[in-house]
Amino acid sequence: MPQHETGATPPTPAQEVRDFLWRRSEQIAQRWADEPLFRAVFTVSREEAVEAGKAVVDALAQVADSQRVEDPDAAGFTGVREQLARMGAARSRAGLSATQVSSELAALLPPVENLLVADLEQEEPERLREASTALSVLLGTLRLVAMQTALSEIQALTDRQRLQLLEVATPVIKLWDGIVAVPLIGTLDSARSQVVMETLLNAVVDQHARFAILDITGVPTVDSLVAQHLMKTVAAARLMGAECVVSGIRPAIAQTIVHLGLDLGTVKTRAGLADALAYCLHELGTNIVAAAPGGAGRR
Amino acid sequence: MSGGFSRPMAGHVPVLRLGDMLLVTLQGALHDSMADQLQQDLAETIVGSRIRGVVIDISGVEMIDSFLGRVLAEIAAQTELLAARTVVAGMRPAVAITLVELGLTLPGLRTALTTEAAMELLAQPIVPVRTGGVREESP
Repeated sequence: MPQHETGATPPTPAQEVRDFLWRRSEQIAQRWADEPLFRAVFTVSREEAVEAGKAVVDALAQVADSQRVEDPDAAGFTGVREQLARMGAARSRAGLSATQVSSELAALLPPVENLLVADLEQEEPERLREASTALSVLLGTLRLVAMQTALSEIQALTDRQRLQLLEVATPVIKLWDGIVAVPLIGTLDSARSQVVMETLLNAVVDQHARFAILDITGVPTVDSLVAQHLMKTVAAARLMGAECVVSGIRPAIAQTIVHLGLDLGTVKTRAGLADALAYCLHELGTNIVAAAPGGAGRR
Repeated sequence: MSGGFSRPMAGHVPVLRLGDMLLVTLQGALHDSMADQLQQDLAETIVGSRIRGVVIDISGVEMIDSFLGRVLAEIAAQTELLAARTVVAGMRPAVAITLVELGLTLPGLRTALTTEAAMELLAQPIVPVRTGGVREESP
């Protein structure tokens, strides 16, 4: 390992820290392996934790080498980003809050600092102080990188789940020949209602549906925006030659709609899905009658 | 060409006569001038012969702008004046969404899912018993 020349120019604090990290990487990794952060993540063997710790120390040394101890985007961090994310994610899964994970990361500093102080005992106090400050800054940056990575992981997860929700939450059910229904569950926003409209209209074409039922039993609240989306869907279905029935309007929602002064006059509404189905069947000219007692039609 | 058929002419949309009905099939993009011409042709044909209904099939149309939307509404209104009915059939989902987003819900327009459903609607008496697939906008 290259040692800096104790020549004419004294090393900068960052270089001091870099040399110290190179010199002591094994000890630091050993000590980190006993910290809760590493211990809890690498449960299989201690060697694994030490290896991971070494990787982080190497990354830190590389960053110190590039003299950018304050820069979370420093090239040195790229290699350990994934590992840090994995560790952060593992701790979050264990039920720790972001603050707790952060303080566990902060707990990595004291063991390293003790080693540094022990190493530079003979040096002047000024140099020791400077090096120690540089080390603190460096580990602070590491914390920042870890939290940043964890946050972006969470963001990606949220995005993915939102997409999944869009796909999952809009099933179109064929209730009868020529009658399709969409049970809407959860809050309707513009993105979701757009998907609902598209799926419903495509189902109308595919199934040759003359009636489409929008069941809003699972929609917690209806505001003017949601009502507007419903009316748009109804209008679009009508343009295609299908009739739309909105069902599942709960008493509270009926009251809200009246209080808001929303005009659903152009929309055919029914209290429940069964009522809506009965209406559609009636309009289709289909009659459902109870089987005659003892008749052949009994199942 | 015999007189019973409309001759294809440049700048005109063909209007087919089926008994007492007219069938117009729109394909692809329709120029504004052609839409105007169609409106005129339809009015003249309805007046010239005893036509009860007009079916405009737009299943081949990928996009309807505000102008064409207005022309369709006007055709419906003018055939109504001439004691005939207009049904627009086969609108695509994307077209319907675009029209609604444009605020063109075309309230006076009769619509049907397919040309067949439109014919069924027109075959019914003027005060129809409602069947599915077609919807009257009258309250």
